[in-house]
Amino acid sequence: MRRLPDGLRFDVTERALHWTNAVLVLVLLGTGACLYFGPLSTIVGRRELLKTIHVWSGLALPVPFLVAYGGPWSRMLRADTRILSRWGADKFNNGQKVNAAFVAGALVLMFVTGLMLRWPDPFRDDWRTGATFVHDWVFVGLTVSTLGHVWLAMSDRRAMRAMLRGYPDEEPAGTATSTSRTRC
Amino acid sequence: MEGAPVGRRVFLGMMGLGAAGILWGRRVQDGLERVFAGNPVSSFLPTGGRFRIYSVVGFLPSRTRAEYRLAVDGLVERPLDLGYGDLLEMTPTAITRDFQCVTGWRVKDVPWRGVRLADLLDRAGVKGGATAVTFWSFDGVYSTSLDLDDARRDDVLVAYELEGKQIGRAHGGPVRLYVAPMYGYKSIKWLDRIELTPTRELGYWEKRGYDDDAWVGRSNGRDDAPTA
Repeated sequence: MRRLPDGLRFDVTERALHWTNAVLVLVLLGTGACLYFGPLSTIVGRRELLKTIHVWSGLALPVPFLVAYGGPWSRMLRADTRILSRWGADKFNNGQKVNAAFVAGALVLMFVTGLMLRWPDPFRDDWRTGATFVHDWVFVGLTVSTLGHVWLAMSDRRAMRAMLRGYPDEEPAGTATSTSRTRC
Repeated sequence: MEGAPVGRRVFLGMMGLGAAGILWGRRVQDGLERVFAGNPVSSFLPTGGRFRIYSVVGFLPSRTRAEYRLAVDGLVERPLDLGYGDLLEMTPTAITRDFQCVTGWRVKDVPWRGVRLADLLDRAGVKGGATAVTFWSFDGVYSTSLDLDDARRDDVLVAYELEGKQIGRAHGGPVRLYVAPMYGYKSIKWLDRIELTPTRELGYWEKRGYDDDAWVGRSNGRDDAPTA
C-alpha cells in the first residue's frame, strides 16, 4: 500500500539535516572530551589528530544547515522551524521547543568561540579567556542536553521511527491502527 | 493566535549571554576559582583553577622511571648522566606557588618538589664561557632556555613531584623543569637534557613570538599577578 504524505512527520531534508548534525555534534563532543579531560587525554593520546578532527568538524557544522535551509527542499523544514519557535504544545511539546532553541544557540556559541580559540591572535587576552570560559560551559550544557535528548529519543520508538523513516508508524496512514496522533 | 516567540527569545538570550561571557568571562572565572578552590567538582566542571594538558607533538611522551636519564652537558667540567634515583638522592627542595600559563589559566598554590637546578649546575661545574642554559625535552621537539643568573635562582627546580605525587606522564613526568617566577612554557615537560651554552638560544615558543624572559606579569604583554 502506498504511503500517504499525511502521516509524514519529518521529510528527507529534515532527517538528513538531523542525522548529519547529530554525527558532527557527537564527534565534536567526543573529541572535545578527550582533549579537555586530563585522564582521558592520557589514555587516548593522539592529540594532534583529535584536534584536527575537532576543528574540521566544527568548521563543517554550519554547512548542513545552510544546505537544508537554502533550497526549494526546505519547505517542511521552515514550517517546522516556525512551529518550534512558538510556545504551545502542538506538533512538538514545549520541552522540545526550548531544547531546540537552546541547542541552536549553543551551536552558534560553540562555533564562534571555537573560531576564537583556534585563531586567537586578533583578539584581546581577556576576550580569549572569555571565549574559553564560554566554550567550556556551553560544552557542559550541550553534553547534558544531548544525553537527555538521546535518552528520550531512544525511549520513544515512534519518535525514533519518525526521525529514521519519516513516519512514526509502521502501517501506512489511513488504516485503522494508525489514526492516533504522534505523542512525543 | 500564535504562541509567544519563545524560540527567538531563548536564542537571542543565549547570544547575549555568550557575548557577555566572552567580554567578562575572565572576571567570572576568577570568582569561580576562588569559590571552588580545592573542591572536587573542579575536576569535571570548568570552575577554573585546574591544569590543562598541552603537548606540541601529537602525543604525550612516555618514559619509565627505571629507564629515565637526565644529561647535563655543554660548557661544563664534568658532564652528568643521572638516573631518577640519582636525583632522589640529592638534597630536595620544596616550593609552593601559583602556576600561570601564558594562555590565561592559573592554578593556585601548587606544591612542587625536586632538586634545585643550581645544585645540578654546581655538581657539573659550569665553565666560564657559559652565559645561558638550554633545556631539551624527550618529546624530541620542545626546548626552552634561561639566562645563567636566572637558572641559579632558588625557585628553579628540576622537579620530580607535583601535588605530593610523582609527576605523571600528562604533567611531563618523570622529571620536568619548574621555573616558579615565569610563565608555564618555561617549565619544560619531559626533561631530557640540560645544556650550558655560550649564547642564549630561542626555544620552541620563543621562536614563535613569546618572550624569552617570561616573568609573570612583566612579559608577553600581560598583567597577571606575579607567581614569585
